[in-house]
Amino acid sequence: MRLEPRSERSLLLTLGFPLLALLVAALFAALLVMLAGANPFTVFALILKGSLGSRFAVMETLTRATPLIFTGLAAAVAFRAKLWNIGGEAQFYAGAVMTVVLGTGLLPLPAPVLLPVLMLAAMLGGAVLLYAPALMKTRFGVDEVVTTLLFNFIFLLLVSLLLEGPLKDPMGLGWPQSKKVVEAAQLPRLVKGLRLHWGFVLALAAAAVVWFIDRKTVLGYEMRAVGHNARAAQFAGIPVARVIARTALISGGLAALGGFSEVAGLKGNLTLDLSPGFGYTGIVVAMLALLHPLGVIAAAIFVAAVFVGADAMSRSAGVPSYIAHVMVASALLTMVTAVMFTRYRLRWR
Amino acid sequence: MPHPTTAQPESVLRLSHITKRFGALTANDAISLAVKVGEIVGLLGENGAGKTTLMSILFGHYVADEGEITVRGEVLPPGSPHAAIAAGIGMVHQHFTLADNLTVLDNIMLGAEPLWRLTSARGAARARVSALARDFGLEVDPDAVVAGLTVGERQRVEILKALYREARILILDEPTAVLTPQESASLFATLKRFVAHGLSVIFISHKLNEILAACERVYVLRSGRLVAERQITGTSRSELAELMVGRPLPQPRVEPQEPGAVVLELRDVSAHRGALWLRNVGVELRAGEIIGIAGVSGNGQTLLADVIAGTLAPDSGTLAMAGREVAAAGPRRMVAEGIGRIPEDRHSEGLIGDMSITENVISEGYDAAPFSRHGLIDWQAARAAAERAVAAYQVKCQGLDGPVRLLSGGNMQKLILGRVMARAPRVVLANQPTRGLDVGAVAYVHEQLLAARARGAGILLISEDLEEMLSLSDRIAVMHRGHLSEARPRAGLSIGELGLLMAGHTGGGDSHAA
Repeated sequence: MRLEPRSERSLLLTLGFPLLALLVAALFAALLVMLAGANPFTVFALILKGSLGSRFAVMETLTRATPLIFTGLAAAVAFRAKLWNIGGEAQFYAGAVMTVVLGTGLLPLPAPVLLPVLMLAAMLGGAVLLYAPALMKTRFGVDEVVTTLLFNFIFLLLVSLLLEGPLKDPMGLGWPQSKKVVEAAQLPRLVKGLRLHWGFVLALAAAAVVWFIDRKTVLGYEMRAVGHNARAAQFAGIPVARVIARTALISGGLAALGGFSEVAGLKGNLTLDLSPGFGYTGIVVAMLALLHPLGVIAAAIFVAAVFVGADAMSRSAGVPSYIAHVMVASALLTMVTAVMFTRYRLRWR
Repeated sequence: MPHPTTAQPESVLRLSHITKRFGALTANDAISLAVKVGEIVGLLGENGAGKTTLMSILFGHYVADEGEITVRGEVLPPGSPHAAIAAGIGMVHQHFTLADNLTVLDNIMLGAEPLWRLTSARGAARARVSALARDFGLEVDPDAVVAGLTVGERQRVEILKALYREARILILDEPTAVLTPQESASLFATLKRFVAHGLSVIFISHKLNEILAACERVYVLRSGRLVAERQITGTSRSELAELMVGRPLPQPRVEPQEPGAVVLELRDVSAHRGALWLRNVGVELRAGEIIGIAGVSGNGQTLLADVIAGTLAPDSGTLAMAGREVAAAGPRRMVAEGIGRIPEDRHSEGLIGDMSITENVISEGYDAAPFSRHGLIDWQAARAAAERAVAAYQVKCQGLDGPVRLLSGGNMQKLILGRVMARAPRVVLANQPTRGLDVGAVAYVHEQLLAARARGAGILLISEDLEEMLSLSDRIAVMHRGHLSEARPRAGLSIGELGLLMAGHTGGGDSHAA
């Protein structure tokens, strides 16, 4: 049994295999649902209804998708340049920390000024956090998978320290949480009475900007060249180390923007459970999107829908909402396999 | 027209109607051939003609879709290298499969000894290896560590390995690619001794001279088919070339031409990468001349190329373009100075396989006009440049947006030529420009290099192909252990002399002893 590269890829293959992948993942989930003693059709219908079945459900799904778009973009940008940024979680929190440090009354500015300042500050925080591992990679050859991953734990402990110390809300009844950001530092809701906020629009804009950088700019060209073949890029005269450093700044900034959006648009303050692993899920989102910036939007909404829908489903069907993790994980595995089959064919002997 | 040999009673090996398909590609199409006891059979064909596939089937790495193999009248079970070895088939691969940190004797015994025996029979093994080495003229110290051996010695170890396993049919896959001419000659002598001892040899090559020098009979493969079988005594170089390529071949014509001013000068350049050194190299390249840099691979040619290409900073010495010193130069600066660079490895250095033809064409100039303005790529200008390169250099492709990795080797090299020549470089650095290309593409690359020479560019041709070197160069210098000999006019040089220089004999009075 061996893999042989396909010489051409038809549209049917390119679209058919991913669809098949989702179908296989759904079948697998159905099996598990049956093991849990429920009817898979009922469960899937409930998930669909809970995530997309009503205006409220759709808004909730998009709200959940918003941070995932940011962290998904962060992973996609970095992975395209073969910079393995596993530290989206830390960069996400870095953005949130910057937002509450500057947004809880330190800067007495009106909203139209304060919000851009907070955004920039947040991006700076995340960018710096990834810049250090990128420099260690290009200067000393330190594996960034290790450094960025470990930074997650270090930074989360730092956040914990801040929330027990300088950033702790004196009115918080002892909970490790920060003060709420001031009103001028809040992103307005998109629809009155629902949780969807302008952070979602910001996420869409970020995806568009990333797409533009990728397709139209010199930097995007350099990033792709370095990602596909760093040695040939070097030979052609592309400054590989500088490109990796810039990629790190953009990727870290994007993840941090997610932290800003979550604090300024949804939660209002910083807590230790601000992110239920958005940084890590962003990697899944990016892989599902095949690292395409616009695909990240679709993938983030898909993943968010599964989680939101599974929450609603577990309340009425009695199947644990952990099924959502299994569904997303199996979708990822089948999707990656499907992508391989669009490029290779399997031959026996 | 071609026809398979009829059954010969003394055939030790017969392949009958071997067919192997990879998807739409038929790599071997009903190939039948026979090898007799005590003969050297050539297998001639271009890259991609199906030689390696055929031998991989013989050795059990692949299973043929159709056909069968018999050794001494018995059918060889398909798909089993063990069965092939047991039947007395020995293979010496193009890329050696030796453990560098072990001694020659250990390498030879490795895998040929049962694992469960407590005492290893080193004494007996040493005696056998010595006897084999003596009988066949394969002198090599059994206790030397492989890492310290020359390429020629390593090849001898590979052959000894096969003989130790009692091979009666020896397959040599492009065995001379890494050898000096003298080493090749000694290999051919060794092969003659094999057949005198009743062994049989299959000699795979795409080099006509070697086939003519080493073999008694030759099979010619083209596009997966057996197109001819010839006795060497009854054929000629030109006939074999035409059979191999399928059409008459143009010979490169080097018009005599007076070289102009010095365009590139290296003085006292030293550089290193790891344990590899370039020591005090000097060269003066003039407009309108081709200087060939010969040498056995691994003697510093790559470092020299990298220094000129701008990917390796020299430790000392100067590099000047048209009399002006170029200091602290990276690849971009070198391209801007007018150096056109054809890299040694087009897959890993020359092109980015997963990017499109358009993207690859602009890779050396993407950050300046006309390909970009204010940080934005002008894809229209890029496409136009790609169209020009593809049309001017006859790149066969399905479109400019397809990934480059789908192109054949020849078309990849043409694309690189298009990228390089579009800038009308004053100096062309051609590092192994025809390695791995088929004969047609080789002729095309030669034509283009000569066209650049006629235009007045200075060309530095680094190559391991001595025929190429001698047919194209105006002057030839030889690299050995990081030193570069003085460039001497080609007219006064023989292959023998070059070989001595490549083996490290400085061009003193004894160089004519060859």
